[in-house]
Amino acid sequence: MTNAAQTNAVTGSVESKPAERRYAAVVGTRTSRIAFIAFGVLTVVLAFAPSFLPRSIMQDLILLFLLITLAQCWNLLAGYAGLISVGQQAFVGLGGYGLFALIITLGLDPLLAVLVAAVAVTLISIPVGFIVFRMQGAYFAVVTWVIAEVFRLLLAQWKTLGGGTGTSLPRAATADMFGLEVVMALFGVRAAAGREIVIYWAALATVVAVIGATYWILRSRLGLALRAIRDGEVAAQSVGVSTSRTKFAVYLFAAFGAGLVGALYFLQTSRISPDAGFSVLDWTAYIIFIVVIGGIGTIEGPIFGAILFILLQNLLSDFGPWYLILLGILGIGVMLMAPQGLWGSFAQGTNIHLFPTRRLLLGIGEHKSGRLGG
Amino acid sequence: MTVAIETRALDVFYGDFQAVYGINFHIEHGETIAIIGANGAGKSSFLKALSGMVAAKPEQIILDGQGVGGRPAYDMVKLGVALVPEGRRLFPSLTVEENLLMGARGRTVDRGWTLETVCELFPILKERRHQIAPTLSGGQQQMVAIGRALMSNPSVLLCDEVSLGLSPAAVKSVYLAIDEIKKRGTTIVLVEQDLNTALSAADRVYCFMEGRVSLEGRPSELSKTDIHKAYFGT
Amino acid sequence: MAMDLLNTILQGVLLGGLYALYAAGLSLIFGVMRLINLAHGDFIVLSAFVLLAMATGFGLSLPFALLIALPFVFAFGWGLQRILLNRTLGDDILLPLLVTFGLSIIIQNGLLLGFSADSRKLALGPIEAASVSLGDFTLGLIPLITFISAVLLIGGLSVLFYGTRLGRTLRATSDSAEIVQIVGVNPRHVFAVAMGLSFVVLTIAAFFMGVRSNFDPSLGPARLLYAFEAVVIGGLGSLWGTLAGGIVLGVAQAVGGRINPEWQILAGHLVFLAVILIRPRGLFPKQ
Repeated sequence: MTNAAQTNAVTGSVESKPAERRYAAVVGTRTSRIAFIAFGVLTVVLAFAPSFLPRSIMQDLILLFLLITLAQCWNLLAGYAGLISVGQQAFVGLGGYGLFALIITLGLDPLLAVLVAAVAVTLISIPVGFIVFRMQGAYFAVVTWVIAEVFRLLLAQWKTLGGGTGTSLPRAATADMFGLEVVMALFGVRAAAGREIVIYWAALATVVAVIGATYWILRSRLGLALRAIRDGEVAAQSVGVSTSRTKFAVYLFAAFGAGLVGALYFLQTSRISPDAGFSVLDWTAYIIFIVVIGGIGTIEGPIFGAILFILLQNLLSDFGPWYLILLGILGIGVMLMAPQGLWGSFAQGTNIHLFPTRRLLLGIGEHKSGRLGG
Repeated sequence: MTVAIETRALDVFYGDFQAVYGINFHIEHGETIAIIGANGAGKSSFLKALSGMVAAKPEQIILDGQGVGGRPAYDMVKLGVALVPEGRRLFPSLTVEENLLMGARGRTVDRGWTLETVCELFPILKERRHQIAPTLSGGQQQMVAIGRALMSNPSVLLCDEVSLGLSPAAVKSVYLAIDEIKKRGTTIVLVEQDLNTALSAADRVYCFMEGRVSLEGRPSELSKTDIHKAYFGT
Repeated sequence: MAMDLLNTILQGVLLGGLYALYAAGLSLIFGVMRLINLAHGDFIVLSAFVLLAMATGFGLSLPFALLIALPFVFAFGWGLQRILLNRTLGDDILLPLLVTFGLSIIIQNGLLLGFSADSRKLALGPIEAASVSLGDFTLGLIPLITFISAVLLIGGLSVLFYGTRLGRTLRATSDSAEIVQIVGVNPRHVFAVAMGLSFVVLTIAAFFMGVRSNFDPSLGPARLLYAFEAVVIGGLGSLWGTLAGGIVLGVAQAVGGRINPEWQILAGHLVFLAVILIRPRGLFPKQ
């Protein structure tokens, strides 16, 4: 019907023959536009948070931002690219150790070291990816775990960085961190609190950037490719989607994200050990819980899941093993009874999407309400 | 003659896609019916619903007076309805004998089909009983598939495109065997693309087009034009 | 020097028997229902604790406790599959992986609550220190019995799979859970039986693990990784291949550990990764 149609590359609208209806593929809705503005406002408020929030809440927020970052990456991997990794802790630990190595041996400025560490982790993830992609499905998952173990064991042999017991960042290394003096003057705080504020902003910037990048990816052609893969890999291949390259790209992105998280987290704690850096519980189990409870395959899901998780942790983590058993049961329960997660079920029921990524084909001139159909 | 199995307004869905629309069908004990029609007409889907491989509403499929639509295949076998699936679908890591023995798992009555009698029907299988299934020719695999279904001693045998991909000689052998099976009183439903073979083997014929019955009757009473129209729609 | 190496290799082979025991249960359920139970290693540890509790609580001798436990663990595995894991099987591989991962967390922490993090051992008595001389080599008796048991078990499983009606059903279901229905078999029942069998095997593995070395609630994941590596190195779909895989892993660990005790586990992982790179389908894959 529209064989001769031209697609406008910017708006995505298809110009068909004259005297026929014109259609456009649109993504935004009124609800999402409101949500965008709200998130923008929220980001600005959060940026100013150090001036009115107590330190303990700020520390929670740093953890929240980092967990959301990691969860978004895991969500992209599992929910879109169909890659179930139980080994992201490899890149978190490498990010942390990379940071320590760069600061301790090269004396790099900590914030710069965070970036360089993340890039280094991404580079390492290329040969690692080459190995793990030899396997598929469940086998892929377990191999990622083996890889994480390999890095843990290797780093435990690195005596300069503390070997099996780990090491701490020397005070002096972060004494003249980029931006620290400005912050100390601005907020009238001492070095320790000032460090934390700088890290807080870095974490905020990271989570906003990663959410933004994830949203951008999912709205782009790469995102369409991913959704095609998620819906049916063979079908995707048959329409020319290069599934292996797409998946590899996502794998690298997730490694970068994990590297950033590791570097920032261990900059904050100033102490690293192989068990902490490569902890399956901290960097995989909790993240899986967050994504599952929140909702796989949505951007909003991991955000809500992470908030819920931090609340649960603050309330219940004193109960030790009972707390973890509860998380496990909750996770399994949600997986079996509400597989879309808590946000996912809510969104499906009410059709409210804050970060809409699906395209809706509408006739131009048709009015869209805040609700997406279907 | 009593009705062995019948369908009343049978609909078959694959998710949102409807393959079969309100089909009324009946077959009497000992009858052989052929279902013909073009690709995608819904013949296989219909057979899968009868066998329990695909869901249906309970009241839409009646077996010996009971509504059995939607019962899973492993229950239908035990009720006497056995399927020879499209594409043979033998167990690739099992030998011929093991494939046949698996067929016996669904057996609840004795109509005389044992390993020995099935091998009498298909002598070539006795020679090759210890070979694994994929090493056999298409025709031989088809015999194993039919034999496997027979091992459950069914009262109704459903055959989905048994001539597909077979040489004319193989088709002939298979249909000789079907004739034998018919002689022993088994009720048989044949889904077939090979018109001539289907018409010569069947007591009655249904023609499907786009998920609906376009024609029904005895082969002797149907003209070539009738069939052509019902098959192709023109 | 060469004798030393040979001795190390021999120790590694015997260790491989234990790994083959870990792996056999995993291989079985993956073959029949394409499920990797991420809690497999934790169930091994759980079984070891159960055996410990039976021995200390009821004063039973360990081998006797094992014998009595077997029908119960079969029922447990069967029930677990019927009630929980059958619900996770379908097109989505994410679900069974995540559910079994959740089980792993629950088991580890449940064991912590019930038994504390202390290291335990299954004590058989003086036999643990016994050894056997084979020419110039001295082999531990327990490792030797473990290895022989592994061979016997895998032999037994082979007989089950190729010589019995149940085995035929298991293989047919493994070929196609869809088609097996048209011969009157409910695949969900078959899965439950397979899981029950898997639990019997992993409990036997737990016995030998606990007798050989210390264990505590956190050791589950490592056992899963060894089991998995043995299965993959050996080749998918082959029980004897799993034994071979276990041996390769055991030898790799033994040789690595001989060079430097801290390198033992790492050596195993590295050999595993090398196998994936060179022969992703394993050394002796079926078909």
